Amino acid sequence: MNAAAETSVTGQGVQSGWRERGRQIDPRYLIAGLITLVLVVAQFRYHVVGGYERLVLTLLICTLTETLLSWFERGRVVNLQSAYISGVSLTLLLKPQGSVLWPFALAGFIAIASKYVLRYRDNHLWNPTNFAIVALLLAAPSRVSVLSHQWGNDLLTNLVIWTFGLVIASRVRVLHITLTYVACFLVLNSARAAMLGQPVLPEIAPITGPMYQLFIFFMITDPRTVVRGRGKQIAVVVLIALAETLIRLASDRGWPLPTAFNAAPALVALALVGPVAKWFDLRLASPTRTPS
Amino acid sequence: MPLRPAVRRAIIAVPFFAAIGLAVHLDHQPLGAVTDPGHPGFALHDATAAAGLHFVHHRARFDARLANIEPHVAALGASVSVVDFDGDGWPDLYFTNSRFGEPNALYRNRGDGTFEDVAASAGLADLNRPGEGVSMGAVWGDFDNDGHEDVLVYRYGYLSLFRNVDGHHFEDVTEKAGLKRWMNSNGAIWIDYDRDGLLDLYVTGYFRSDIDLWHVATTKIMHDSFEFATNGGKNLLFHNLGNGRFEDVTDKMGVGSTRWTLAAASADFNGDGWPDIYLANDYGPEELYLNDHGRRFVLSSAGLESESKSGMSVALGDAFNRGTLDAFVTNISERGYIFQNNNLRLNQMLETGRFRNVAEGAVADAGWAWGAQFGDLNNDGSNQLFVANGFISADPNVNYWYAMSKIAGANGRLFEDASSWPAFGNASLSGYEHARVYMNRGLAGWVDVAQRVGVTNSYDGRAVALADLSNRGAVDVIVANQNQPAVLYRNHPDTANHWIGLKLVGTRSNRSAIGAEVVIEASGMTQRRIVDGGMGFASQNDRRLHFGVGRRDWVDRVVIHWPSGTQQTLQHLAVDQILTVTEPGR
Repeated sequence: MNAAAETSVTGQGVQSGWRERGRQIDPRYLIAGLITLVLVVAQFRYHVVGGYERLVLTLLICTLTETLLSWFERGRVVNLQSAYISGVSLTLLLKPQGSVLWPFALAGFIAIASKYVLRYRDNHLWNPTNFAIVALLLAAPSRVSVLSHQWGNDLLTNLVIWTFGLVIASRVRVLHITLTYVACFLVLNSARAAMLGQPVLPEIAPITGPMYQLFIFFMITDPRTVVRGRGKQIAVVVLIALAETLIRLASDRGWPLPTAFNAAPALVALALVGPVAKWFDLRLASPTRTPS
Repeated sequence: MPLRPAVRRAIIAVPFFAAIGLAVHLDHQPLGAVTDPGHPGFALHDATAAAGLHFVHHRARFDARLANIEPHVAALGASVSVVDFDGDGWPDLYFTNSRFGEPNALYRNRGDGTFEDVAASAGLADLNRPGEGVSMGAVWGDFDNDGHEDVLVYRYGYLSLFRNVDGHHFEDVTEKAGLKRWMNSNGAIWIDYDRDGLLDLYVTGYFRSDIDLWHVATTKIMHDSFEFATNGGKNLLFHNLGNGRFEDVTDKMGVGSTRWTLAAASADFNGDGWPDIYLANDYGPEELYLNDHGRRFVLSSAGLESESKSGMSVALGDAFNRGTLDAFVTNISERGYIFQNNNLRLNQMLETGRFRNVAEGAVADAGWAWGAQFGDLNNDGSNQLFVANGFISADPNVNYWYAMSKIAGANGRLFEDASSWPAFGNASLSGYEHARVYMNRGLAGWVDVAQRVGVTNSYDGRAVALADLSNRGAVDVIVANQNQPAVLYRNHPDTANHWIGLKLVGTRSNRSAIGAEVVIEASGMTQRRIVDGGMGFASQNDRRLHFGVGRRDWVDRVVIHWPSGTQQTLQHLAVDQILTVTEPGR
């Protein structure tokens, strides 16, 4: 009996073996698994994709763009997990006018290409999905909207996502980011409601929606675009939540903002605050460049 | 020599920024054809005042506990239906009102292009009273086959059935008919589902029937999902027993959908000779109930269940001259927030057992679209689509869409409670939109010609009905607007095109011939129409069927599929006439 077999004869050994193997899994696989679960549940329960051609096209564009650009820039093809996650996220989040497919093609390309263009010290600054969606919402508001009520508005789906999401966020060590954002959202929007003299429920209602589930588990926690250090990560998330609240306040006041700010304030807030924080983080860090 | 990293990045940046630029460019492209390649061939002139139509709809006022979203809850009720109630050969119009004390209007067509409101003398005006509810629409049909068209008024409140006594006066027979039911309904259709020659009734439910909107016991009255809600009022099917009474056969027949139905239409979609029911449901997918030989209805998976939207209206028409009745269902689109897109569903029930959605470009997006109707407005032999739209026009500087976006994706239990909704105030929600008039331009798709043909107002359109009001071979358009004046568009088609009108009189079938389908053939042109017992949103077209035939000088063949199952064929008919056809006896 070899060493591995000996470990498996006791219950504790089995547990620690699984745990060890779990720890060895690349976090990106866990995130890819979670987004796949979200996709499958949402599609079978709510037909949320709106046509499999959207999924195929977006995945194709994302993976092809990643393959070509990584080969062109680095002379090798990188792991395509990130492209896969972006492709699925974009398919779920983008809701175009009519049956047009070009928003998916453009979003896929813009998302992946942003990682190669918008860089500082060999790091990309924006979460690619976040950048692509905000870019399209700003550039093409007459043709593109973002996931909203297409998700069924029921608790069960969110519970599934939250259960797996929390486990994986914990494993990937970004749980504090998710929980900080949720806490900030609740506190800041309750305060906003009080300030406006409005009931609290409508103001905190958005966080129960599907766009926010994707936002809190896949965008603000993106390991490649968060700052380094637990304390700094929490501070940045607080700033993102604050920026979102300010955008909402401006919308409450009827400021003439681009529709993207009203329709997806959280996504816009992340797109505004995240890269600046990342830039400062990189700038203040050791001059040694981090490997990409 | 290998490229430096900065150069490589610059090379990648070119298509990256080009892609963003392309998105901006595509955003500014018009939907569908860049320019309309052809002349519309008709003009619509607002003849409301000249015709003496002064009807203004007033929306309902409800329990103060619903005040925060009252503009939303009370955003329906403007309806119009066409009927020749006095049998003088001139189509008349009936409009409903939705506020206590505000009368409904029955406009009698004088035949000279003007109308007079005779609702009060007919007994159809004072129907909006505390304790009874307010009108949301009406459908006409001769339920007792006495030659006079009777009317069912559906309300947020009690249903009311009025028997047309003598072509001038109406008698309330609701209690006697067994129809005294409290429903919060936005639609009804007459349908002879069992083909016994007697018109039955299908009434749709919106809010639950246990809700009295003036005295709510709870504020949990709203939908619990924006796309998959099933907590609406139950639709009811009433079987006409033939002795003036109706029997509730909803459960027995399996048609008690609780999906917040806004509109219903009926036709024999699968060609088996039995009328089926198509439902446009708010906050949910459309539903098709196939009629199993009058014994029961079966909810069909005809490709409708995979797309969940907010169906507002269902219009039936032969969209591409294939000789089948296709379905156009309106939905909601709002720039940057939501693109639910209208559905133009080709009826392929005979070939594949399904409907296929082919809405693309302009016809897919008409804003917050409501009532729609297919009609040949230029008499060229193909259908145009008139679509009313716009939801709530109030303060143009305050937009409720942002507030709506807060709850649209939220958990259903939150917005099921009306008190959880952000206060509406004086905000607009998809207000000040313009109606659309779509023409089918072949490869160029459906092109909106509304502005070109003279449809320019920005009222909150709800119901649309079509009728040749002057018996001159031109389909006029009547639009009931929410909380606003109704509008009559008198149609002026190019005179070079010909037409034929058919007035059907049932004998074995119901006298109104509701459910009769007619296919005409003229020099390679085919067109199918149906005598509707209610179609669109809160509307009913003229029972007479109008076919444009273009430059053709005669009609080769007319095949009438009577509701009784009788098939009648007429050949070589002259054009430019309204022909009365009586169903052959046994």
